[in-house]
Amino acid sequence: MHIMINGQKKEIFAAQNLREIVDRFSSNPAALIAEVNGTIVKKAQWDAVSVNDGDTIELVSFVGGG
Amino acid sequence: MDTPLEIAGKMFTSRFLLGTGKFKNKTDLAQSIEASKTEIVTVALRRIDLERHDENILEYIPRNVTLLVNTSGARNAKEAVRIARLAKEAGYGNWIKIEVINDSKYLLPDNQETVKATEILAAEGFVVLPYMYPDLYAARALVQAGAATVMPLGSLIGSNRGLKVKEFIQILIDEIDIPIVVDAGLGAPSHAAEAMEMGADAVLVNTAVATAGNPALIAQAFAMAVEAGRLAYLSKLPPPKNNADASSPLTGFLYDQSR
Repeated sequence: MHIMINGQKKEIFAAQNLREIVDRFSSNPAALIAEVNGTIVKKAQWDAVSVNDGDTIELVSFVGGG
Repeated sequence: MDTPLEIAGKMFTSRFLLGTGKFKNKTDLAQSIEASKTEIVTVALRRIDLERHDENILEYIPRNVTLLVNTSGARNAKEAVRIARLAKEAGYGNWIKIEVINDSKYLLPDNQETVKATEILAAEGFVVLPYMYPDLYAARALVQAGAATVMPLGSLIGSNRGLKVKEFIQILIDEIDIPIVVDAGLGAPSHAAEAMEMGADAVLVNTAVATAGNPALIAQAFAMAVEAGRLAYLSKLPPPKNNADASSPLTGFLYDQSR
């Protein structure tokens, strides 16, 4: 199945939950925020939220800025 | 002899807000934060790099420093609100710097959209510090919308040109009752001192520190300038005059002859 993550199309081979997706793309998820299909998903819910074919995910974190 | 800077009920000794963008490395950033004695720093929110996400900038910011997340990248109120809500979810507080820019040449803030975003976010309980073009009507609308401060630009963002809109900032200082933080364009400690002498409550600097040859050293210089300017303002500095006015007495000269 395919998901859109941070504007890029990515292939996912098995059903996964959001935490597994986060762990695949980040080695430092401490200050990471996730949005699935436009809705913010709290960190405590990452295990419970499954990622489905066609989902749009945004993973954002803090960077230097003025 | 100075009173603390109060923003949304929180007290600050330092009147120097520091931005964290454009630093060459994290060591420079950490040392600049320390040298600046800042108590409020800004950060931005971005998509992580899916190929290699390992860095967390917050590890370089002391926990006692208040985090002010900007909405840079937002082109309208709706996008700013979305960024603010995402930022809050990270669990580092609810302080947000509204920055709505829809012009890629001059990077000027869109006051109208900024007011809209401020209204929505203040109603949701955010502490909102809006970056704006110094316009009295917009500043009043921001106060009405629930802003915690008003942050007028001094000159174009990142330009290091100082207080190009000085008279209009002065109007805000004179007429607006919430703290005025001069943000953007301050390129030298003297610019920061000038803003503080005018009666600004604080300044926010990023580019001038981050891109200096020695960021930590200029951060310290800015901190001293902010303090000097503040003390000068509190001293009720005398106004400029058009004529000369001797500092020494004009009587009792040695060569005076009695007639």
